[in-house]
Amino acid sequence: MAATETEIRARDRAGARAAGAPRPDVPVVELKDVTKVYDGGSVGLDHVSLRIGRGEFVFLVGPTGCGKSTCIRLLMRELLPSSGEVFIAGRDIGRIPSKRVPHLRRNIGVVFQDYKLLPNRTVYANVAYSLEVIGESRQSIRRKVPDILRLVGLSTKLHAYPDELSGGEQQRVSIARAFVNHPPLLLADEPTGNLDPETSIGIMQLIYRINRTGTTVIVATHDKEMVDKMRRRVIELDGGRIVRDELSGLYRPDESTREFAIRLRGEMGVGDEGNPN
Amino acid sequence: MRLGFFVKEAYRALSRNAAPSLAAMLTILLTALVLGVFIPIVQATTSAADQVRSRVIVNVYLASDVSPADKLALRQRIERTPNVERVEYVSKEEALAQERRRHPKAGWELLGSNPLPDTFRVTPVDPDRVQEIVDALYPVGADGRRHGAVPAIDEVRNREQDTKKILSATSIVKVLAAGLAGLLVFASIALVANTIRLSIFARRREVEVMRLVGATNWFIRWPFVIEGMLVGLMGGVLAVLLLWIVKDTFLDPLSDRFALVSLPHTISFPALAAVLLGSCVAVSAIGSGVTLRRFLRV
Repeated sequence: MAATETEIRARDRAGARAAGAPRPDVPVVELKDVTKVYDGGSVGLDHVSLRIGRGEFVFLVGPTGCGKSTCIRLLMRELLPSSGEVFIAGRDIGRIPSKRVPHLRRNIGVVFQDYKLLPNRTVYANVAYSLEVIGESRQSIRRKVPDILRLVGLSTKLHAYPDELSGGEQQRVSIARAFVNHPPLLLADEPTGNLDPETSIGIMQLIYRINRTGTTVIVATHDKEMVDKMRRRVIELDGGRIVRDELSGLYRPDESTREFAIRLRGEMGVGDEGNPN
Repeated sequence: MRLGFFVKEAYRALSRNAAPSLAAMLTILLTALVLGVFIPIVQATTSAADQVRSRVIVNVYLASDVSPADKLALRQRIERTPNVERVEYVSKEEALAQERRRHPKAGWELLGSNPLPDTFRVTPVDPDRVQEIVDALYPVGADGRRHGAVPAIDEVRNREQDTKKILSATSIVKVLAAGLAGLLVFASIALVANTIRLSIFARRREVEVMRLVGATNWFIRWPFVIEGMLVGLMGGVLAVLLLWIVKDTFLDPLSDRFALVSLPHTISFPALAAVLLGSCVAVSAIGSGVTLRRFLRV
């Protein structure tokens, strides 16, 4: 374990170098008045502005369709904003030429609810594949992959196929793949959405450890228990707008049992779409 | 290392995507076979037509009992006609002797007298404009029939008609071959494009992951391009192999046995093979390129 901790510290320094000169004044992620309207007319984000500094751990919470995934996809530059600007490490990613987009994505690790592992490759090959396709040398792949798999606790399952693993283990592989290059930013879209609470805690611990190496982490989730326990910064979205941004928040602040009961009855009674008001 | 990765990925895709790859490969094979058969045929017919054209001469047959002075005048007149390169006099005795040499067993003894006329053989400068000489020496008269320009000329003939037949046959072969090859090339491109589309669909998870982790566009595309080119290359190699077998077992013994038959000049086999392989690979690269542009916008 001690060995792993020193590795993490070493990685912290390496990560800081990879991110370029750490300038505390430049936020890792900044959205300036971003609106995203999909082609069908539905609104993903509605005039959202936010700043996330280096090394922060942020939860994006809110009901389904509130704009969490839109936000993640904008940060990956899978989508372009309809208006406003998205900055990553001070650069407007709407302006970078499409040729540079792959290089942007190499500096962002992404974890999804459905893991997105390749079913016909082993754990080792899945992680190695992501290094192969960005042109890493075989030597550095052989060095990095066992290392990262040890970090996520899968060193005994290198040659298992994804369908032989539990959901939590598959998500660990996915995290290993996202973090194997020590990107300065890690995005997680519902990383515990498919997992039971015990396994979720393990996954969240792993993501937290990654955050402690200096990596900025943004987790979109509606895992209320997890958000309440971790007490990190919470940004709540609703209908594409930020309705709350607290430095150490709860999933839904200050709701007594009585209030919850009222909300529940209201939803059952008039079929209100889950709106607490 | 990278090339190895691309080829490995392409091979993986090929073996998983065998049926459409096979269809595309067979079409390319067929295209290459048609090209491989027609290129030499077109070349041979063209060169045969050229040979005939180069032998085009105009025969000016003289009327009987023309005086030597008139013959000399006529010869000078022919030599002054435009497009005339050379004039050669063949007397009726020489003509008969030539015919006897050409057909020794034709029963010449049965002829009481020599039926052949004295002849001027005129070689044109440009075989394509041989009709000008005929028109000058044997113009169409007022009654719509041709008469000799001077009384000494009985008739003027050339082998224009033979040439025309050969040339039109050649051009039909050319058009047919080009049409067939065009259709097959189109079918090949479409089938390769379809193969690659299926392959992209089969590997959409890989493509998604590659985009996710930041593979460059060309890194994502190369395996598909190589897959398409491998399909083309296999089709081309098979076609060349088949052509070589046919050439080795049928054509070569034939040309050995008939060594005296002058072989029309055609493309050499290695050059033909190179052309076929090159065009197969090019066709399949175009096919995969078309699909990649449409379905793999990264």
